[in-house]
Amino acid sequence: MSLSHYLIVAGVLFVIGLAGLFANRRNILIMLMSIELMLLAVNTNFVAFSSYLNDISGQVFVFFILTVAAAEAAIGLAILVVLFRNRRSLDVEQLDTLKG
Amino acid sequence: MFGWSDLVTALPEIIVLSMACLVLLVGLVLKPEKDGLLVSLTMLTLVFAALVTLRDHLGAEAFVAREAFNGAFVRDTFGDVLKLFMYMVMAAVVVFAKQYLRNRSLFKGEYFSLALFALVGMMVMVSGNNLVTLYLGLELLALSSYALVAFDRNHLKATEAAVKYFVLGALASGMLLYGLSMVYGAAGSLQLQNIAQAAATQPDARLLILGLVFVLVGVAFKLGAAPFHMWVPDVYTGAPTATTALIASAPKLAAFGLAVRLLGEGLGPLQIHWQSMVAILAVLSIVIGNLFAIQQTNIKRLFAYSTISHIGFMLLGFVGGADGFAAAMFYIITYALMAAGGFGLLIVLSGKGVEVENIEDLKGLNQRNGWLAFLMLLIIASMAGFPPLVGFVSKLWVLKAALDAGYLGLTIIAVIFAVIGAFYYLRVIKVMYFDDAQTDEAIVASVDARFFLNVLAIAQLALVLLTPMLLDVCSSAIAAL
Amino acid sequence: MLDKNILLVIAMAPLAAAVVAGLFGRKIGRTGAHLVTIAAVALSFVLSARILWAFVQGQAEPFNENLYTWMVAGDLRMHVGFLVDSLTAVMMAVVTFVSLMVHVYTIGYMHDDPGYQRFFSYISLFTFAMLMLVMSNNFLQLFFGWEAVGLVSYLLIGFWFKKESAIFANLKAFLVNRVGDFGFLLGIAAIVMAFGTLDYVEVFQHAESVVGKTISIFPGTQWQLITFICIALFIGAMGKSAQAPLHVWLPDSMEGPTPISALIHAATMVTAGIFMVARMSPLFELSEAALSFVMLTGAFTAFFMGLVGLVQNDIKRVIAYSTLSQLGYMTVALGVSAYNAAIFHLMTHAFFKALLFLGAGSVIIALHHKQDMKAMGGLRKYMPVTFLTMWIGTLALVGFPGFSGFFSKDIIIEATHESHRFGAGLAYAATLLGVLITALYSFRLMYLVFYGPERMDAHARAHVKESPWVVTLPLIMLAIPSVVIGWLAIEPMLFGDFFKGVIVVRPEHDVVAEIGEYQFHSPAQFVLHGFTGWPFWLMLLGLALTSYIYLRRPQVTERLKKTFAPLYRLLRNKYYFDEFYQKVFVRGAVRLGETLWQWLDQKLIDGVLVNGTARLVGRFSAAIRGWQTGYLYHYALTMVLAVVVLVAFYIF
Repeated sequence: MSLSHYLIVAGVLFVIGLAGLFANRRNILIMLMSIELMLLAVNTNFVAFSSYLNDISGQVFVFFILTVAAAEAAIGLAILVVLFRNRRSLDVEQLDTLKG
Repeated sequence: MFGWSDLVTALPEIIVLSMACLVLLVGLVLKPEKDGLLVSLTMLTLVFAALVTLRDHLGAEAFVAREAFNGAFVRDTFGDVLKLFMYMVMAAVVVFAKQYLRNRSLFKGEYFSLALFALVGMMVMVSGNNLVTLYLGLELLALSSYALVAFDRNHLKATEAAVKYFVLGALASGMLLYGLSMVYGAAGSLQLQNIAQAAATQPDARLLILGLVFVLVGVAFKLGAAPFHMWVPDVYTGAPTATTALIASAPKLAAFGLAVRLLGEGLGPLQIHWQSMVAILAVLSIVIGNLFAIQQTNIKRLFAYSTISHIGFMLLGFVGGADGFAAAMFYIITYALMAAGGFGLLIVLSGKGVEVENIEDLKGLNQRNGWLAFLMLLIIASMAGFPPLVGFVSKLWVLKAALDAGYLGLTIIAVIFAVIGAFYYLRVIKVMYFDDAQTDEAIVASVDARFFLNVLAIAQLALVLLTPMLLDVCSSAIAAL
Repeated sequence: MLDKNILLVIAMAPLAAAVVAGLFGRKIGRTGAHLVTIAAVALSFVLSARILWAFVQGQAEPFNENLYTWMVAGDLRMHVGFLVDSLTAVMMAVVTFVSLMVHVYTIGYMHDDPGYQRFFSYISLFTFAMLMLVMSNNFLQLFFGWEAVGLVSYLLIGFWFKKESAIFANLKAFLVNRVGDFGFLLGIAAIVMAFGTLDYVEVFQHAESVVGKTISIFPGTQWQLITFICIALFIGAMGKSAQAPLHVWLPDSMEGPTPISALIHAATMVTAGIFMVARMSPLFELSEAALSFVMLTGAFTAFFMGLVGLVQNDIKRVIAYSTLSQLGYMTVALGVSAYNAAIFHLMTHAFFKALLFLGAGSVIIALHHKQDMKAMGGLRKYMPVTFLTMWIGTLALVGFPGFSGFFSKDIIIEATHESHRFGAGLAYAATLLGVLITALYSFRLMYLVFYGPERMDAHARAHVKESPWVVTLPLIMLAIPSVVIGWLAIEPMLFGDFFKGVIVVRPEHDVVAEIGEYQFHSPAQFVLHGFTGWPFWLMLLGLALTSYIYLRRPQVTERLKKTFAPLYRLLRNKYYFDEFYQKVFVRGAVRLGETLWQWLDQKLIDGVLVNGTARLVGRFSAAIRGWQTGYLYHYALTMVLAVVVLVAFYIF
């Protein structure tokens, strides 16, 4: 398996993540999952490059990304909890009071 | 590994970080009637950090840039200048926020702690010397900002703004990271200097350019440049004004620092590639910012669109080489002062049970308090770029940089839209001066808030005289990169 | 050699007074505010007059020095500095003199106004800004002065900010001037690009070097660089000096207090554009195309704006349209390379137009701030001083031989006649017919206000009286130069060495010198010659027509029969021609004026160009607001699409 195989997989994952963000019109939780998917694609990229370049720093970066992703998920979920308490739904389509 | 000298180099960051934790703890145990201590601690932190940052520049021997943590972090004039202005702007915002938060029973240690965490993030963003550091700084700022936007937990609009900010911000970080991964793959290193070297030897590598596009997108989002601007109006409007003031001012300095580090230092050799992209973003921002602003009735939203157009002007400087960077730095510094002053006034005017949200809420400000109206006039006129205020001078310099770089058409479009833009600022002035006040309620502003308002507004005039000095500082900071 | 410190005092004294009156107005009171500002402006005037006298005597050398270096950017130096030569000296004296008169007059006019101190502070500030503008030795300071006078002018138009119309006028002035400033800035930018300096003298020295160079503004078009620079600068002048189609703000600016109309919107600020073009004569001389443009713009303004003045009933608006028309004359003079004639007319106009405005103001005070001429009439017996001085102003305006306006206007018409520039024939016709128009509206104003039945209401009639001395003194003081200045100044300013080396005219363009050679021998001879020229007869025709129309009432006709007996009889005997004139010229002109005002001014320029643009932008903005839908997935989609476009652009 060459480097490009990994990159293509990562690219596909990334695009699926992106698509999840704008194609999903129902639940905000799915958006969080899509974001997670994008970060995983990035991690795959870093690891693949790191191994290809024989350079460890890429893998170190992955650890940092994983940590930050965890923090991000925590804050994201906290915001969603607040949202749910305020309007009793996580429907994306109802989030349109701010516009224009 | 790292030693004592590394810690000394990063002392300002360490101070702010420790104090952020301390403020959080103190906020938990403090009795409500003594909560003034939180503000004092925060102000103390800012002053102390400023002194420590300044100390190295005031010594007998000339300041030399130094790296720490194996080159992951750098202390240079560029970062320090931006940091000093961040402290100042943050201090103003904290002072403004005090009364606002009290009036809405939001006065908690978390606000101040999160503000300080955000500040650490910003400081790291302008001092990072490798991709990991820069990313961590960015995320620290972003995560703190999300929390600050959602700070008013029972407020529906604030929550909506937080969700939008969070999702789009995460999307932008994802793109930025994706770009960073490709830059890493092409350059084989995370160090900015190594990336610059690799970029210089293979300026046309496809992987590198693809990475560059994604990096640019991430930076553009943080700055709020069109077409990655859509979060700006919604978040500015939805967030409590105290938070809006915070995220609208100092983080712009940090985002500028990040942009210079990534585009100027790391990917500088690719300037021919990103220059035209930045030019497109700049024009789009100026056009969209000004056009959308015209129809706004909500003043926070109006300021949001005005920010977008200002970012566009600042980006014009990026097309013009070293002089352009200096002009852009001057622009963003003066803009941060304007934004802090403008939102600061909105905060001060939003008294107990009164929320200044719409332009109409400023009706007859001149009758109610002539001096505050005059300060607002200075700030708004400076935002609009009327001479002889500094907003005019800063526009002049970025336009000159763009002209020197041969972007004549771009300059003309920018000037035309600046003219169109003058209109909506004028509407605000008209409402303040020519309409009758609907309330004669006295405006309560504490002495320290008044002090900062005066400083920020008068600076719009005074900086015109100090332009040569500040511009010199910016030029030497850029030259020392 | 002029002393730097004296120049500084001239400029700074009004500023200091403005600051004192503005910040400490409450402490020093009304008397304190007007005393300090009047003293400062008087000081400036005395010193300026001395400098002018030194130049007249030929004892003074031009002064050109940088006083303070504001910034150095690469090779570009930005200074604050003074260039004082004969041209500047004339402007300084005119500005400070009119300003002084207006200051004194304001004591009476604003007597009951609560913003008394603020007003004095503003007009002193204006004087400072105007002085900085005319005394500048570089483009940057010129631009700052330019903006500063504009700013004070907006402040003053909106002085009565409770008045809805005043605010609207204020906004309009602001917006229209933005357009002009845009051109002006573009011109300055082009100068920096072409010459690499902002200093007048350096630019003029290297002016020849840009001849033949071209610039490509839009891909595929080539412009002569010098023409581009001149036209861009002139667009700035069009905004400030209210040339069509950027004139629309000036009539509306009459919403401001009358002293402002006299000082800013007649005598000084609006002439800044004329001054600037004269100052830039070394550049404009290099571009025939730009000069033609200047001349035609001026001719259009002079003729058509005069016509519009015929149908106005607001006393100040009539004078405002007359100002537009006279500015048009000055612009025509610039366009035919008769820069000195333009400055000469600028000077005479400053005196008699300030006089007319202040006179109108005096009438307005007497009628308790009523401005409709339909509600005036027969005021001559109540206000003798105002009446007489207004007549002097009117005679100067219509160019009655011997009065100051005659000298300057006749020279402009003659110069246009002599010129061979593209379109000069048209400009000649416009300026000549303009004389008739000027006479029509000027005499109409006089008759409606001072003659005929008293049409004001009983209450107003009971209170009509001559204004106090602080109002009439400036009228008299302005009436004196309105009569004599032409006699004194025509020879040195136009045919002597006064402007030598300051205003540059290429020999083949120098129409004024041609006139001097063949037609001018002495002022007295020139006046005699004036009685035989077309302009005089057109003016008389105008007088006759208006007299016939507005003085038909018996009691007035009786009086007029005696005064203008021969002429009156002549007209009566040729009744058929009277009808013809009335129908074709007067009614036709009135109707044409009305139509023009409605269509050209209100519909086309106001409606389409000014309001239309604003509305278009607003509508467009409202339409695109929908793009910000508020839906999170739309925002995400926008970002992703933008990324796709960027990637596609760069990778493929």
